[in-house]
Amino acid sequence: MTDITQALAEIVGEGYVSDQPEEAYFYARDPGLMPAHEPDYVVVPKTAEEIQKVVRLANRDKIPIVPMGAGMALTGLVIPLKGGIVIDMKRMTGILAINEKARLVIVEGGISQGLLKAYLEKNYPKLRHSIPDSPATATIAANVMIHGQGRLSQQYGFNSDMVAGLEVVLPSGEICKIGSCSISPDWFSKGAPMPDLSGLFLGWFGATGIITKVALKLYPKKKMRDVEIFITDMEEIVPDIVHELTYTEMVEDITVFAQPLPMIFRDNHHITIFFTGDTDTELEFKRKMVWDALDRFIKSKDGGFMGVPPVMKPTLLDSPQRSVTRFADVKKGGGFEYSGPIILVEKYPECSRKIRELAEKYDLGYSGMARIIGRGHCMMYGFAFTFNRADPDMMERTRKALHEVSEYALEAGGVFWKPTVNEQKMALDKMDPNTRNLMGMIKKNIDPNGIMNPGNWEVN
Amino acid sequence: MDKENCLGWLKGGKMYALNFDENLCTTCPTGDCLVKCQYMDVEKDTAVEEMVKISRGEDSFVFKDCVTCYGCEEYCKRGNHPFYLITERREEKGILTSPRAITKQWINIGEPQGKYRLGKVKEKVLSFGFMPEFLKWVRGRLFEDVMPSFIFGQEFFCNVVYIHFANTSIIKERLPMVVDNFKKLGVKEVVFIHDECYGAFAHLAPAYGIKVPFKSIHYFEYLYKRLQELKDEIRPLNIKVAYQRPCSSRLSSDKHHFVADIMELIGVDLVEREYQGENALCCGGIFSMCFGYDLANDVQKRNIDDMAANGAEYCVFNCPACQSTLGEKVAKRGIKPVHMIDICRMAIGEK
Ligand SMILES: Cc1cc2nc3c(=O)[nH]c(=O)nc-3n(C[C@H](O)[C@H](O)[C@H](O)COP(=O)(O)OP(=O)(O)OC[C@H]3O[C@@H](n4cnc5c(N)ncnc54)[C@H](O)[C@@H]3O)c2cc1C
Ligand code: SF4
Ligand code: SF4
Repeated sequence: MTDITQALAEIVGEGYVSDQPEEAYFYARDPGLMPAHEPDYVVVPKTAEEIQKVVRLANRDKIPIVPMGAGMALTGLVIPLKGGIVIDMKRMTGILAINEKARLVIVEGGISQGLLKAYLEKNYPKLRHSIPDSPATATIAANVMIHGQGRLSQQYGFNSDMVAGLEVVLPSGEICKIGSCSISPDWFSKGAPMPDLSGLFLGWFGATGIITKVALKLYPKKKMRDVEIFITDMEEIVPDIVHELTYTEMVEDITVFAQPLPMIFRDNHHITIFFTGDTDTELEFKRKMVWDALDRFIKSKDGGFMGVPPVMKPTLLDSPQRSVTRFADVKKGGGFEYSGPIILVEKYPECSRKIRELAEKYDLGYSGMARIIGRGHCMMYGFAFTFNRADPDMMERTRKALHEVSEYALEAGGVFWKPTVNEQKMALDKMDPNTRNLMGMIKKNIDPNGIMNPGNWEVN
Repeated sequence: MDKENCLGWLKGGKMYALNFDENLCTTCPTGDCLVKCQYMDVEKDTAVEEMVKISRGEDSFVFKDCVTCYGCEEYCKRGNHPFYLITERREEKGILTSPRAITKQWINIGEPQGKYRLGKVKEKVLSFGFMPEFLKWVRGRLFEDVMPSFIFGQEFFCNVVYIHFANTSIIKERLPMVVDNFKKLGVKEVVFIHDECYGAFAHLAPAYGIKVPFKSIHYFEYLYKRLQELKDEIRPLNIKVAYQRPCSSRLSSDKHHFVADIMELIGVDLVEREYQGENALCCGGIFSMCFGYDLANDVQKRNIDDMAANGAEYCVFNCPACQSTLGEKVAKRGIKPVHMIDICRMAIGEK
């Protein structure tokens, strides 16, 4: 055992540290396409204080640190590009406090989406959080760290907009409170009415600190939920359809997808519309509002509601929606990656044409899928390709296609979501120089030794 | 046949033509096709005039108002095919009934993909068309004399549904191939478990002069005979049911009486209600896809209110698509949805 391993073992306990090749192998990669790189150590801490000690040790010896949730971001963000210590957050799964009336919950930095969902369903059936469609093991902290989007994003914005406070271990080792909780015992705001310091951490991929607690806003959970799918063969009118739908204020979530397989989905764009209600009357009222909003497209024959058979509904209403995960295995061999720029909804037709063009050029299976964010303020457009891991040629073609997506996304006015290191560089290159300098100053001052998730958001 | 009134198409060198005789209309004493239409308010003279106009390829308000319920195929008792004619003309004129996306989706779903399933096919075979529900529902003693002789898949899908979408060209393209697929299996008698498939081979194919090289049997007739054979095992169900008549049943109105016959045999009280027989209302599935919320909702509401007002405890479905559309809605009104096969199985103690 090396001195560092020994020191880490003293902090987290021997069973929760490893420098062995088996662990190094697993923690070297994520399920996406980025090349693997092994860490030197893996630790699985239980408390913020243990993290604090690990960070201090790393800072002293200038050892890189990479915080990790479930490793599901897919874009290599948890791959320890410069070795060092991976801090696996999976043991920090506590639900520390819940305020039912204020609809707020405080959780630890490693709790999974699935665990919080199950807890709420059991104990607070009238509360819910904005769950993303990632596998249920994905963590809350990482999801807000990467500005994820979930079931409630159409109504309330990015999942990170729903943060109501943070506790962060800084690269220097201090434990720092962000938001109302820095002054008050109550965690209800991540910034307002004070300067919003959460921006020093959210979106930084752990390059400025490790989240050990998150206060999250919760929202009403109605007893019933239903879904309708509006289809059109005209990509040009998808933004208008979304505009009409968001105007109704009746809709929970809106996603759009277009893919050539299975046959039922060929040739059309599918606007999936979710809505909720406590009674049949409420649900039916909302359904009618939604149908009425799109009636002009039915009359012009440019679109219509497909019949959603009852057998299809459980799959669609599943939350997280497992069909996304199933799509990942279309080509068998379990390869799936998407590049999902955040972009204006009006760019949907362009994005849709681009994914078809790339799929054809590189001979790949694809799905174009969009999630509407905040009443149509923007969307995440996922350029998703599936590949077979046992087929290196197909993987290479996918890489090339995704690279073209990145170039296209920037050109089209989009901003990368959970960008790969390469995309981060592209974004920094394109960024307003003063903004880039500001980011550089922040990073340099917060993490002067550059130990936090090095390679990410490096402004040079 | 009068060339003017002959709508034909050439497929594999063969001309199929819709049998429509304009003279039958000009001499028609009733104009029943449109007079009885539940979605238009038309007098006899106008009805006749419009059908003649349609036959001559002229414009008609019918193209706009017809909601594709299939009803006039039954209302016309003079052997004409008003609905097929309306459909043909709409297609010729490019008048859409359904949004293009819906039509494309359905055409894609029905495209043969080599994924059909065959049981141990004998000279007599059950056809499930392309309704996966039947793979689960068709079992038990009612079917034991034919099963496991069955076929299922797009290759055996009648494609009739596309007349809702004013798209007969796809039917013309596919139906002869489907007939061919049956032919290749060498079957002599086909019991169609989906009513619409029966309509295709017993009604639509002859209307277009397509030769069908086997005997078509409606599953109602088959069930009725089987139940008679199993008469000793029937326990009268003593329940009140409403029957949801599907659009396709208008293509086999001569078999409609079997609903009442079967219900009597299994001790079920088929409630008398306003929307039954010729006056039956569509489940609303196609209406919502093609025309939107209001029409579908109005028809569904009237229909279900009528079932409830007449004390129905169960709603018996013939078509799985109707059941899928209306099942949950009737259940919410306390009326249990059940397929015809299942209610027959209940009567012999299998459910
Ligand atoms: C099939 C599928 C569907 C998906 N659907 C969605 C979706 O609908 N919406 C969506 O938003 N995402 C989606 N994703 C992407 C992703 O899985 C999620 O965003 C997920 O929440 C990421 O969480 P994670 O724990 O796996 O993050 P990880 O990959 O472990 O980490 C992501 C980033 O956060 C950093 N990090 C992790 N924990 C901490 C911490 N405590 N403090 C500081 N930094 C930390 C990591 O270093 C890394 O940079 C999907 C992924 C898949 C595979
Ligand atoms: S279609 Fe039939 S009912 Fe209608 S006018 Fe002609 S003959 Fe009469
Ligand atoms: S199909 Fe139905 S709606 Fe259309 S004209 Fe015939 S009866 Fe009327």
